Amino acid sequence: MAHFTKATSVKDWLNQRMAVEKLEKVMMSEYWIPKNINFLWAMGMVLVITFALLLVSGIFLLMYYQPNVATAFDSVNYTIMREVDFGWLWRHVHGVAASVVFLIIYIHMFTGIYYGSYKKGREMIWISGMLLFVAFSAEAFSGYMLPWGQMSYWAGMVITNLFSGGSLHADGLVEWIRGDYVPAQAFLTRFFMLHVLLIPLAIMGLIGLHFGALRIPHVNNQDGEEIDFDVEAKKYLDGDKAGSKVMRFANDFMAKDMMVVGVYLVFFFYLVFYNYGFAMDPVNFDPADGLKTPAHIYPEWYFLWSYEILRPFSIDVGLIAFAFAQVIFMLLPFLDRSPNTVPASRRGAFKYWFWLMLINMIILTAMGKLPPAGIFSTIGFVSAILFIVMWIALPFITASEKKV
Amino acid sequence: MHNSSRRGFMGKAFGAVAGVGAVGSLVAMKKSWDPLPSVKAAGFTTLDMSIYQENELIVEKWRGKPIFVLKKTADMVAKQTEVQKVRDIVVDGSHYMVCIGLCTHLGCIPAYDAAAEGFLCACHGGQFDFSGMVTHVPPPRGFDIPPFKVDGKKLVLGEAGPEYTQMKETGVTL
Amino acid sequence: MKNKEPLILAVVIFFSLVTYYLVEPFAHHEMHKHVESEGFAYADLPEITKTGDAVNGKALVTGAAACTGCHSIKKDGLPAMMEPQMAAASYGVNPPDLSNAGVVFDAKFLSDLIKNPAHALKVEHKYDAAKGKMHPMVPFYGAGGDMDQEVADMVAYLKSIAVSEEELTPEIAFENACGRCHAVHYEKWTQIGEKPAFKHKKDELAFDIKVLEYQDSLKAYMGKLPPDLSMYIRSRGEHFISTLVENPQNQLEGTAMPRVGVTKHSMEKVIEYLEDAGDAKRHEREAIGKNVMIYIVIFALFALLWKKQVWKDLH
Repeated sequence: MAHFTKATSVKDWLNQRMAVEKLEKVMMSEYWIPKNINFLWAMGMVLVITFALLLVSGIFLLMYYQPNVATAFDSVNYTIMREVDFGWLWRHVHGVAASVVFLIIYIHMFTGIYYGSYKKGREMIWISGMLLFVAFSAEAFSGYMLPWGQMSYWAGMVITNLFSGGSLHADGLVEWIRGDYVPAQAFLTRFFMLHVLLIPLAIMGLIGLHFGALRIPHVNNQDGEEIDFDVEAKKYLDGDKAGSKVMRFANDFMAKDMMVVGVYLVFFFYLVFYNYGFAMDPVNFDPADGLKTPAHIYPEWYFLWSYEILRPFSIDVGLIAFAFAQVIFMLLPFLDRSPNTVPASRRGAFKYWFWLMLINMIILTAMGKLPPAGIFSTIGFVSAILFIVMWIALPFITASEKKV
Repeated sequence: MHNSSRRGFMGKAFGAVAGVGAVGSLVAMKKSWDPLPSVKAAGFTTLDMSIYQENELIVEKWRGKPIFVLKKTADMVAKQTEVQKVRDIVVDGSHYMVCIGLCTHLGCIPAYDAAAEGFLCACHGGQFDFSGMVTHVPPPRGFDIPPFKVDGKKLVLGEAGPEYTQMKETGVTL
Repeated sequence: MKNKEPLILAVVIFFSLVTYYLVEPFAHHEMHKHVESEGFAYADLPEITKTGDAVNGKALVTGAAACTGCHSIKKDGLPAMMEPQMAAASYGVNPPDLSNAGVVFDAKFLSDLIKNPAHALKVEHKYDAAKGKMHPMVPFYGAGGDMDQEVADMVAYLKSIAVSEEELTPEIAFENACGRCHAVHYEKWTQIGEKPAFKHKKDELAFDIKVLEYQDSLKAYMGKLPPDLSMYIRSRGEHFISTLVENPQNQLEGTAMPRVGVTKHSMEKVIEYLEDAGDAKRHEREAIGKNVMIYIVIFALFALLWKKQVWKDLH
C-alpha cells in the first residue's frame, strides 16, 4: 500500500490519491504550445465545442424522439418542433451543428495538409484524425435516417445499395445490413442504435487517441520550425515569457482558443436562428414514401465530393474509384515522400498540388449536387479523373522535392 | 503585479459572461423536461352524469388513475351520517360518490359489492362504505376525492370548483 | 514576422462562401425553375362591369340559380343536406359551404366560376364539355334577364354574408380554399372537418371510417389523394405555394389541382395557416434569436478582451 499522510488541504488530499497537480501540469499549464501559430490552430477546440453542442442538443432530442417508422417523423416535426419547450431550438442546433462540423473538419484537415502536420512523428495524429472523419461521417449518415423523411429513406436506400458491390450482386449482404428487403423498421432502429450509442462511443475513444497521439510530438507551428520544447519551456518558467517560443496550453493558448470560439459561435447561432435551410433540406420535410422517389436526391453537402467520384463511371469502376477516395487520404503521410515539414508555400510543386486539390474538391462538391447532365456531368467526370491522377502523382511530385 | 490581477479580472469577467450563457441554457433545458401541453390538457376529464345507474359502480379514467363513480340510491342518501354527508357530491339533483379508485393503504383497486353496498380491497382486506369512508383497516383514510367542478349536468375532473375547495379546506380529502 | 491572419481568414471565408453559393443558391436555381407571381390579377378572366344587388342575388342563389340545391350556406340557416362523405360519393366531390366564399375568393373568379366552372378552375384539360365530360358543378345559364347582372347580384350577395377582410382568419381562408381536399393532421384538420376528441374508441373509429370513405371518393375524383399539408411550408416554401395556388398549371403542368381563385389577401391568410401548422414557433425563434445574438456578441467581446490581457506579456 502506498504511503499516505494527513492531508493539509482538499487539494493535497486529492493530490495524494490521484496526482491531480501532476495531471494539471501535463494536460494544461505545462503542456507547451508554440507561439507562432495562427487562428487555424483553434479549429480543434471549435470541433470540441461543436461536438459538445451536438451531444447536449442530442440528449434533449433523444428524450422525445421515437424510433418507429409510423411515429418518427411526427415525433420530430410535431412533438419536438411544436410541443416541447425549446424543442425547435435543440433541433435547429443539432441540424446546423451536424453540417457546420464538417466545414470545420475540412478546414482542420486542410490546415494539417498545408502545414505538413501529418509528417515526421505526427502520422498517428493524422490517421486518428482521418478515422474521426470516418466516424463522424457514419454518425451523420445514421443521424440523417432518423427523421424518416423522403431524403432519409432514399439516401438510406441508395447508400446501402452500394454494398451490393456492382457486378458482385451481393444482395444478401445489402438485405443483411438493412435487416429487411428495403429500409424499414429494423433499418431505422439499428441506425438509431449506431447513432445514439455505438458511434458516439467510438468518437469519444478516437478523440482520446487523437489527443494522446498529439501530446508527445507536440503541436506544429506555422513556419515548420523545429522547436526544442524543453529549452523554451525553461525560458518561460524562468520568467522570460516574451522571449520564449512557447506558451502554456492553459491559460495562454486557451484564451486565444476562446476568442476564436466566440467569433465562431456568433456565426453558428446566426445560422441556427436565421439561415438553416442548407442544413435541413426541404425534401426531408416530406414523410418517407417507399413508392415515390423524389425528383432530386442528393447527400448532404459534405458527402458531395465523394458522391461525385462515384457517379460519372460505370457501376464497378465507380465503386472502385469511390473506395479509393475514402481510403487515400488516410495514406497521405506515406504517399508524401518529401522530408520537408514546412508550409506548402515553401514546398515547390506541392504548393500547386495543395491548391489544385482544394479547388478540385470544391468543384466535385458543386457538381455532386447538380443533376448529372450536360456540361455539369462532363466537368464532374474531368474532376473525378483529376482527383485520382493527383493522388497517384503525389509520391512522384514529393520525391523530387528539394530539401528546405 | 498589477498585470496579473488585471488578467485575473478579465478571465473572471469572461467566466461570468460564459456562466450567464450556461444558466440560460440550463433554464431552456429544464423547460424542455416539462410536461407537454397535450399532457397538461389531458389533465381534464368531463363526465356526463346522466348516464349512471343507481348502485352500479362505473370506473372512469382521469390522469391515468381509475375514478369510482357511484350513483347513490334514495335509501343510501336518507341514511347518510354527517360524516358521510360532507363527502356527498350533488349533480342535477342526484347524489354521487366520486373518488379516486385506489385503496389509500398501498394503492390497489378495491372491488364493489352492490349487495353489501361496500368496497373490499383484495390486497390486505381493507373495506370502504358507499360514501368512500373506511370501515375496516388497514387503509388510513377514506378514498381521496379528485378536484372536480359541477357544470350543469356534467362533472369536470381536474378543475377545482367551490364544493371541492370546501372539501379540501375542511380536511375531507387530501 | 508579419501577421498573416487577415489573409488566412479571407481565404477561408472566400472558399467557404464559394462552396456555399455553388451548393445552395446556384444548385437550387438549376434544379427548380423560377415562376413569377401573376399578382393574383386573374388577367385571363373578364373584368366586372356591373354593380351587384345583394337582395336580388339572394333570391337567385336560393331560387332560380339553384345554388342551394347542392351548396349549404350555414350563415343563412341553410345546412348541408348530406354528410360530406355521402356528398363526395354522390357528386364525386363535396360542394363547399358558401358562407365565406365572398371574402375568400376573387370576385372575377366567382363570376366566371358561376358561368363556366371548368374554365375558372383551369380544369378544362380534365373536364371537356365537347368530349362529354362535364364538371360536377352545373353552370348557370341565366334566369331570364341580363346574365352578367344576375351573376354580379349573386356575387354581391355572397360578399354581403361573408366576414369582412379584417375579420378573415387563417382558418376560414384555409378551410374554404384548401380544406375540402387537403388534410392537415398537425392541426387535426381532416377533409370532413376538424377531428374532435372521442371518449370511446368506437366513436373515433366511426369518424375515421367516414374520413377514409371521403378520401376514397376524392382519390377517384382527383386521380390521387391530395397530400397532407402539415409540413408543406417547410418542404415547399411560401413562394412555391403562393404561385402554385395562384395557377397550379404554372408549377405542376397537367395537374388535376384546380385553380381555386383566392384573393391576394386570402392567400396571405392561407400561408399564415400553413406557417402555424408547419413552423409554429417562428415568432419565438425570432425573439430568442435576437437575444441570443446580442449575448453571443458580448461573449465574443469578453473573450477577445481576456485574450488581449493574457497575451500582453507573451509578445
